[in-house]
Amino acid sequence: MLYREAGDFKTSYAADQQTFPLKLDRWFVWGVLAFAFLVVPFFINDYWEKSVLLPFLVWSMAALGLNILTGYCGQLSLGTGGFMAVGAYASYKLMVAFPELNMFVVVITSGLITAMVGIGFGLPSLRIKGFYLAVATLAAQFFLVWLFNKVPWFYNYSASGQISAPERTVFGVAVTGAAAPSWATYLFCLVLVVVFAYVARNLTRGRLGRSWMAIRDMDIAAEIIGVSPLKAKLSAFAISSFYIGMSGAMLFAVYLGSAEPTEAFGIDKSFLVLFMVIVGGLGSILGSFLGAAFLILFPVLMKNIMVGGFGWPADLAAHLELVFIGGLIMLFLVVEPHGLAQFWRITKEKLRLWPFPH
Amino acid sequence: MSESNNNAGRTGETLLETKNITLSFGGVKALTDISFDVKEGEIRAIIGPNGAGKSSMLNVISGFYHPQQGEVWFRGEKRGPMKPYEVARQGVARTFQNIALFKGMSTLDNLMTGRMTKMHTNIFWQAIWKGPAEREELEHRERVEEIIDFLGIQSIRKTPVGRLPYGMQKRVELGRALAADAKLLLLDEPMAGMNQEEKEDMCRFILDMNDEFGTTIALIEHDIGVVMDLSDRVVVLDYGCKLADGVPDVVRNDQAVIDAYLGVSHES
Repeated sequence: MLYREAGDFKTSYAADQQTFPLKLDRWFVWGVLAFAFLVVPFFINDYWEKSVLLPFLVWSMAALGLNILTGYCGQLSLGTGGFMAVGAYASYKLMVAFPELNMFVVVITSGLITAMVGIGFGLPSLRIKGFYLAVATLAAQFFLVWLFNKVPWFYNYSASGQISAPERTVFGVAVTGAAAPSWATYLFCLVLVVVFAYVARNLTRGRLGRSWMAIRDMDIAAEIIGVSPLKAKLSAFAISSFYIGMSGAMLFAVYLGSAEPTEAFGIDKSFLVLFMVIVGGLGSILGSFLGAAFLILFPVLMKNIMVGGFGWPADLAAHLELVFIGGLIMLFLVVEPHGLAQFWRITKEKLRLWPFPH
Repeated sequence: MSESNNNAGRTGETLLETKNITLSFGGVKALTDISFDVKEGEIRAIIGPNGAGKSSMLNVISGFYHPQQGEVWFRGEKRGPMKPYEVARQGVARTFQNIALFKGMSTLDNLMTGRMTKMHTNIFWQAIWKGPAEREELEHRERVEEIIDFLGIQSIRKTPVGRLPYGMQKRVELGRALAADAKLLLLDEPMAGMNQEEKEDMCRFILDMNDEFGTTIALIEHDIGVVMDLSDRVVVLDYGCKLADGVPDVVRNDQAVIDAYLGVSHES
C-alpha cells in the first residue's frame, strides 16, 4: 500500500487516459524533470557531461526512434546506424551551409531529411516481414555508410574523410564545438529528448499509434478495420527515422564533435540500439530510456567501480565489463522477456498490493 | 421463430448484392456463380458444410479475395477491385473465425482501433495532443464506452486482450467490429467453440445490435438452431454452389439442403 490508486478517483475520460494516472507518479516525474532542468545544469562538469548525461540522452533518442518502428509497429530494423549517419551528415551540411542557423532547427531538419530516407528504405516492408525485412534494412546500413565514405561531397572534400562540427549556437550560446559549455550542450539535448519523448508518447497513444500496434499484432485484422498497411508502415518508418536522424545529428554535432562513418555509425551501433530496445522493453516509451540507461550508464558505473574502486587495470576492467553486461542481458531476458519496462510494471502491481501477495 | 417473422417487416433496400461470383484458386473452384443479396436491417445467414465456400464468400465481400468473375454491389454502386481497408472505409466491418484481436493492446484500445476509419486528426495535432487530437479521442471514447456498456465488458476495459478467456475475446472482437459503426457487419462463426451460456449471450448481442443500432448483419454459423432462430433469410452453399436461398422455414424443408447439410441420409 505504498503505491496505490485508492482515493485517486477519475471522473472524466480525459483524467482516465492520462499518461501517469497515479498522483505519486505524476509528482515523481515532475520532480525528476525539475531536478534535470533546474539543478543539474548548475553542478554539471565535463566528466558528467561527456561520459554520462550526453550519451544517455543521445542514445535514448535513438532508442525511442527504433522503439516506434520495432516495438510499436513490429518492423525489425538493422539500419539504425545508417540512419544516424544520415542525420549526422545532414546536420553537418546544414551547419556548414547556414552558419547562423539555430541548432534546434539544424537538428530537427536533419531528422526530417532522415525521415525521407527512412521512407525510401521502408518500402520493402510492404512486401517482406520479420527477419527478411531485417536483412533488407541491413542493406540500408551498409549502403549508407558506404555512400558517406565514397562521395566526397558529403564530407566537403576534407582530406581525412572525416566531418567535424564547427561552433554553432542556440540563442547566442554555443552548443557545438570544443568551446561549448557543459551545461549548454546538456540542456540542448535534454530539451530535445524531453520534448520528443512527449511527442512520441502522444503519437503512440492516439490514432497513429494504434494503427501501428494493430499492424504489429495482427496485420490482416488491422486491414479489415480500416488501417492502410502502406500508411501505417511508412509513417512508422518516417517517424522512427526522424528520431534516429535527430539522435545521429546530436551524436555527431554535440557529443562527438567529429565523426567518420565506418566507426561512428557502424553495424554495431544498429545492434546496440536494438539491444537497448529489447532489454528496455518493446513498445514502451519508458523502456527506451531504461534500455539506454542500462547499456550506456551501467558500463560507466562498472568501470568506475573496477578501475576507480578496486584499482584494477583498465584493459581487464574493459573486458570484464563486456562479460558482465552480456551476462546481465541474458539474465534479464530470461527473468523478464518483455524487458525492464515490464519488470517495472510488475513491480508497480506488487507495490500496489503490498503487503498482501494477491 | 417469431423473431424472424417480426424482422421481415422492417428490412429495407438492398444493401449488398453479389452477382455471379466465381472464385477459383488454380484448379480449385471455391465459388461458382454465387448471387445473393443482403437487405438493409436484416440478419442474413450463410450456412453450409465445411469447405462449402462460406468464408471465401466473406473474404470476397471484405476485399481479401478478388473473384475471377462477378460483381459486388454495395449501397447501389458497383464496387471495383478494392483493398480490405478501402472496404472498411465504405462501412463494412467483420470478425474472424479464429480470433484476430490485437493481443498486445487493451480491450479499450482494441475497440478504439475499431473506430479508426472515423478519426481524422493529422499527425501534427496528434504530436501536440492537447486540442483537436484529445477532443477527438474523447469523443470516440464515449461511443466506445457505450459499446463497452452494451457488451458488459467494463471490468476488462484495461486488460490486455491476450490475457482474456476465449469467450471474452470473441465478445471483444464483436465489440471492435461494432465500434466501426458499420453499415454491414460480417460475422464469421461468432459462436464457434462457445458453451451454451456464451452462445445465448452472443445471440442476444446480435439481436440487440440489429434492434438497437439497426446494424445489418451477415453471419456464418454452424449451429443450425441458432441460425434458424436468428436470421431473417438464409443462403445455403455446398461445394461452392448455391443450394437454396430464402426464409428459414423454406430452407429447412428444402430437400437439397436436407441432403447436403442437415444430416438426413440420402436413403431416407
